Amino acid sequence: MPSHKTISNILQPTRRQLLQNAGLLSAALSAGGLMLPGSAGAQAATPVKGGHLILGLDTASSSDRLDPAFYTEAYMYTVGFQLFNTVLELGPDGKLIGALAESWEAATPDASKWVFKLKKGIQFHNGKELVAQDVVYSLNHHRGEKSSSGGKGQLLAVTDIQATDTHEVTVTLSAGNADFPAALVDYHMGIGPDGGDFDKGIGTGAFILEDFQPGVRALTKRNPNYWASDRAHVDSVETIAMSDATARMAALLSGQVHIINRVEPRALNLLSSRPGVQILRSQENTMFCFPMRVDAAPYDNVDLRLALKYAIDREELQKSLLVGTGAIGNDNPIASWNPYFAKDIPQRAYDADKAAFHFKKAGSPGGIQLSVSDNGFPGSVDAAQLFQASAAKAGITIDVERVPSDGYWDEVWLKKPFVASNWSVRPTADAMLSLIFQSEAPWNETAWRDEAFDKLLAAARVELDETKRKQIYHDLQVKLVDEGGELIPLFVDNLAAASEKVGGYVPVPGGGDLSGYRIAERAWLNA
Amino acid sequence: MGGPPLADGIDTEIQAMSPLPAQKTSGNSLWSLLVKRLLLGLLLLWAVSLVIFAGTQILPGDVATSMLGQQATPEAVASIRKELGLEQPAPIRYVKWLGAAVTGDFGRSYSNRQDIAKSIAPRLKNTLLLAAMAAVIAVPLSILLGILSVLYNGTWVDRTIGLVTLSAISLPEFFAGYLLIAYFSVAHFWLPSSATVSDAMPIGQRLVVMLLPCLTLVLAVLGHMMRMTRAALLNVMASPYIETALLKGLPWWRIVWKHALPNALSPIVNVVALNLAYLIVGVVVVEVIFVYPGMGQYLVDHVAKRDVPVVQAAGLVFAAVYILLNIVADMVSVLANPRLRHPR
Repeated sequence: MPSHKTISNILQPTRRQLLQNAGLLSAALSAGGLMLPGSAGAQAATPVKGGHLILGLDTASSSDRLDPAFYTEAYMYTVGFQLFNTVLELGPDGKLIGALAESWEAATPDASKWVFKLKKGIQFHNGKELVAQDVVYSLNHHRGEKSSSGGKGQLLAVTDIQATDTHEVTVTLSAGNADFPAALVDYHMGIGPDGGDFDKGIGTGAFILEDFQPGVRALTKRNPNYWASDRAHVDSVETIAMSDATARMAALLSGQVHIINRVEPRALNLLSSRPGVQILRSQENTMFCFPMRVDAAPYDNVDLRLALKYAIDREELQKSLLVGTGAIGNDNPIASWNPYFAKDIPQRAYDADKAAFHFKKAGSPGGIQLSVSDNGFPGSVDAAQLFQASAAKAGITIDVERVPSDGYWDEVWLKKPFVASNWSVRPTADAMLSLIFQSEAPWNETAWRDEAFDKLLAAARVELDETKRKQIYHDLQVKLVDEGGELIPLFVDNLAAASEKVGGYVPVPGGGDLSGYRIAERAWLNA
Repeated sequence: MGGPPLADGIDTEIQAMSPLPAQKTSGNSLWSLLVKRLLLGLLLLWAVSLVIFAGTQILPGDVATSMLGQQATPEAVASIRKELGLEQPAPIRYVKWLGAAVTGDFGRSYSNRQDIAKSIAPRLKNTLLLAAMAAVIAVPLSILLGILSVLYNGTWVDRTIGLVTLSAISLPEFFAGYLLIAYFSVAHFWLPSSATVSDAMPIGQRLVVMLLPCLTLVLAVLGHMMRMTRAALLNVMASPYIETALLKGLPWWRIVWKHALPNALSPIVNVVALNLAYLIVGVVVVEVIFVYPGMGQYLVDHVAKRDVPVVQAAGLVFAAVYILLNIVADMVSVLANPRLRHPR
């Protein structure tokens, strides 16, 4: 697949320079986003009907269940989205599109009440027609004291869900949230029939369950009554559990499967040099970071934080850890594809002089200890050592402490002042910022407590005026880049690979891997 | 190889000299030995069940908290603990669990609420099938190679066999597996690299799909058994009665097959049993590489989720397999060597 190689080689340096040039940025990104997936030809081609699509995916477990409330990993997301639909979906541009809903709007000016109008004539796999009560039942599945759903957190602000008409659902929130509809794209929010058992896998999805062996494979066949006529091209889908990276690659290369996920960056060149293989990228879906606790010395000094931000060589990290894939971070947790990304903030580059200047201004403190294990993010130990070397050139001594991977998230993260961490990029700016930077957020890994910040964040949440909202998010990003404790050197692409026969892949920013885990209904098999 | 008729007469004579069964064997003592062994095995299994239960209680992390993860509130944890009956004291839970397990009821999995006995059955079948396939190839092959290397002791045949089997044993299984995949699947498309078998698969296709993992396992166990065969045989071959047989002009193959091998059988059978047990309980890595739906992967998945009933059930099954195979090995040794029936 020559297109991948040439594009990434040309694109990476260009793009980095462009990051400093606000005007051209969006053009570069949209071009990159469209072209990166690999064979541009396959994207443009018309869908082919029929065939048996085989996926070889990581992260399956024998303890998996079909009930969406219990999904935790990519394998079940991908199987789940074959069977179930959500009310809304994320589109390829990172914006919401209707799935089971044809329209949705805030019913009150403070965005605390939302009305969703469902499409008519949609059928479940058992023949029952979809009505509002099914949605009410399915969303309530994640609510209440007894629910142990992974989607519970998304619906905590919901006080009431009502079927206000046969095809209309009204959701009431305890406080306004302009981004609330985005909660309904979550993998856990699959819709099943009222009163039904989700473990039977009966949904409205593009495929009907034939066989499910947890941790082994799932077999589905096309739903002839599927509501989205432009999707679901293949006759049947087999999703095979393959937890070993080499086994997945071997299966793809030997033609046993059509698509694999979780390709390691260092295997990229090997794979893309093979004939008949295309690389499927989901851009900037994970953030690698070194959070500093701003309530602990010496990181409570903003100059020291700046010194460290200048002392890390982001380009070098990208080259060695990601083999040139992904993107350089700017200590801004909002990914560049997000509509609210502040394009005008200049990209911070490695600058030993500036690092030394701020370090002196902070009083040249000692005792900077970075605690890492490869659980923080893959390659974080190497990254810490590179960081140590580049900081040493600026006269800053970083002591790299290697800690055990076991228990890293319990014992080290949120406890030690300077560690490695990673986050899946959330689809909305609000989700990302309130997840890590709200004063009371349980995962506030930089101990960022700023009343003004919290107020602005809350204001943006209920602000329905786009221009005002954009301005607030812009200011919050500037604040984090200049003063925040989060050092974000890299954004990582999710890499998957497919046989060149596979067409129809579209990246879904913020929706995760493999076309937002909807690859089964997006893909087709060229003869 | 037709020897002179005389040779057979000598043969019988020697048989009487060799310690092989000439005396009247007491069938009763053999049966009582078997019963004794089985009872001992049951006792051992019971002890193992105690250890397994205690071990799973000591495991850090509670199933309720690990099921809920970040959403764990005290109320939710309490409700799950109640639902799973975790609030009862451990001894009562042990008695209940053992009582049910004896009747073949291992309860339901905590994490996906499925009947464990039903989920384990196909996995165990797959594991046993793969182990059996590997054993059918590896056991005769290793014994044959062992005999060959004794027959040609010290020659290039012996050295080649030794070198090849030793290299095979030294390769870590995952590496041997990858090598086989690289050659047979990626480079030549001869055999499939993954072995996701299902019951719907016709048996022929199933065997083909299982060939690569089976070969990997054969490579892993071949060396051990072959070397034990060789060592045990060489040991016996040094005994005076073999020399006598030799001096009487018996052909080599006959000495090895009829006189040396039965006396060397006991250590060989023990090693074979150990390797068979290994083929059943120790093949997680091979299962992962070849995507084979066996017991190992099943156990590992559930340990990660703190799914205690599954871990306990799998532990019991593995222990039972181990104990049973060892009893069989003991009985075979005793049959082959009557001296063992009268321990001093």
